[in-house]
Amino acid sequence: MSDPRQPLRLSADRDRCAGAGMCALTAPEVFDQDDEEGLVVLLHPVPAPEHQAAARMAVGLCPAGAIALDSPDSTAP
Amino acid sequence: MSYDPTAADTTAATAEEPPTLPTDRHTGCPFDPPAELTALSDQPLRRMRYADGHLGWLATGHAAARAILADPRFSSRYELMHLPVPIAGMSQELPPAPVGDLTGLDAPEHTRYRRLLTGKFTVRRMRQLTERVEGLTTECLDAMEQAGPTADLVEAFAQPVPALMICELLGVPYADRERFQSQVATVFDQTAEAEAKGEAYTALLQYLNELVLAKRAEPTDDLLSDLTTSDLTDEELAGIGGLLLAAGLDTTANMLGLGTFALLSNPDQLQTLRADPGLAEQTVEELLRYLSVADPIPRAALEDVEVAGQLVRAGETVTVSVQAANRDPHRFPDPDRLDIHRKATGHLAFGHGAHQCLGQQLARVEMTVAFPALFARFPTLRLAVPPQEVPLRERSNIYGVISLPVTWDEE
Repeated sequence: MSDPRQPLRLSADRDRCAGAGMCALTAPEVFDQDDEEGLVVLLHPVPAPEHQAAARMAVGLCPAGAIALDSPDSTAP
Repeated sequence: MSYDPTAADTTAATAEEPPTLPTDRHTGCPFDPPAELTALSDQPLRRMRYADGHLGWLATGHAAARAILADPRFSSRYELMHLPVPIAGMSQELPPAPVGDLTGLDAPEHTRYRRLLTGKFTVRRMRQLTERVEGLTTECLDAMEQAGPTADLVEAFAQPVPALMICELLGVPYADRERFQSQVATVFDQTAEAEAKGEAYTALLQYLNELVLAKRAEPTDDLLSDLTTSDLTDEELAGIGGLLLAAGLDTTANMLGLGTFALLSNPDQLQTLRADPGLAEQTVEELLRYLSVADPIPRAALEDVEVAGQLVRAGETVTVSVQAANRDPHRFPDPDRLDIHRKATGHLAFGHGAHQCLGQQLARVEMTVAFPALFARFPTLRLAVPPQEVPLRERSNIYGVISLPVTWDEE
């Protein structure tokens, strides 16, 4: 499914975030947690090529389904 | 009523009668799930008979377990669940979660508590504790070395390192440990009678309640004092404090004790770790997967849900076997092998979904520091008894070793 020529665009839903920190642990260049609530902070919605694999893994690991990969053409939520 | 170790054998599955939850781990390798449980893992989700006769479900497949834990249609509320294994003296109807016990709540009540806590346990904050964990680890290793060359690793190392850290973090005086350490063990002990568990929990809460009042009167630089500035009541604060203390005391401690036993029993893996301490982080992930000490996780269906080709009906309880899911060969090839080169990420040892372990980043820091420090300090560390004589916590919600007699050569 992944086409390296397509830019990878990420989205994060802080309402769903459980603050477990899996994203910040797995892809620290792309995700962080804020100090107050510990919720996801998306540092780079379009991660650099060298951080794409880690970002994809973080999406798969997120326990709350709070981060997603959006295809640029997709109209899906 | 006491625990009967042969009970699992008398409940073997037949075509007509669904199995009960196998709990007898002591059938061979102390690190493996019960053989009867493994035998049931051919179906990712199957019917299971509960302690009160309820016909519910058992999830052993990784994908099914993950789907159930991530799905808010499966509730964490205790009062909706049936007990997977009987607890002597406990009524058929489970009471709702005590005040402050967010593990037994759903959104939005769970979310309200969790949001107050997540900011205190972020990856960054926990990594900032690395130096402190190193310091506490060194102190424990110094004391162990001076008292040696034999020791009970649980008493000298596995328990005090995380206990000192969680006490410091919460602002619980470590000197009071005898007031809460045994209570915590009783709360998790599946063989303890309901009355004894209740008494232990009440004592723990009473202790925390006194502490909360003291923090309100005279705040110190710690998590409990921080939380007194929130809108939590004293009762809620004591409940949350008790939960965090219990979780901090009895989970990482068992991972350190059992993990050391596992590494000593797999000398090739230990040798690999010793040769390259840079493997510590992935060794910790693999030990989490392989040992899965916190197990099982129950959920109750709030509505009809289809999972793994089965229809779970509203009101039915599902027992998610984390240890079985983490040994699912479809997810982790050759799952019964401890392999520190494995990509174990994605294991469910900390659970999954909105309730995934709040303290997991602290646990990671503690283990990543403690295991290499232990093996660096004692290059000749070995068991002081035959492996089959190491006493195991066979019936606890948190698995582990009761003690781990070790020895080493003096310099």
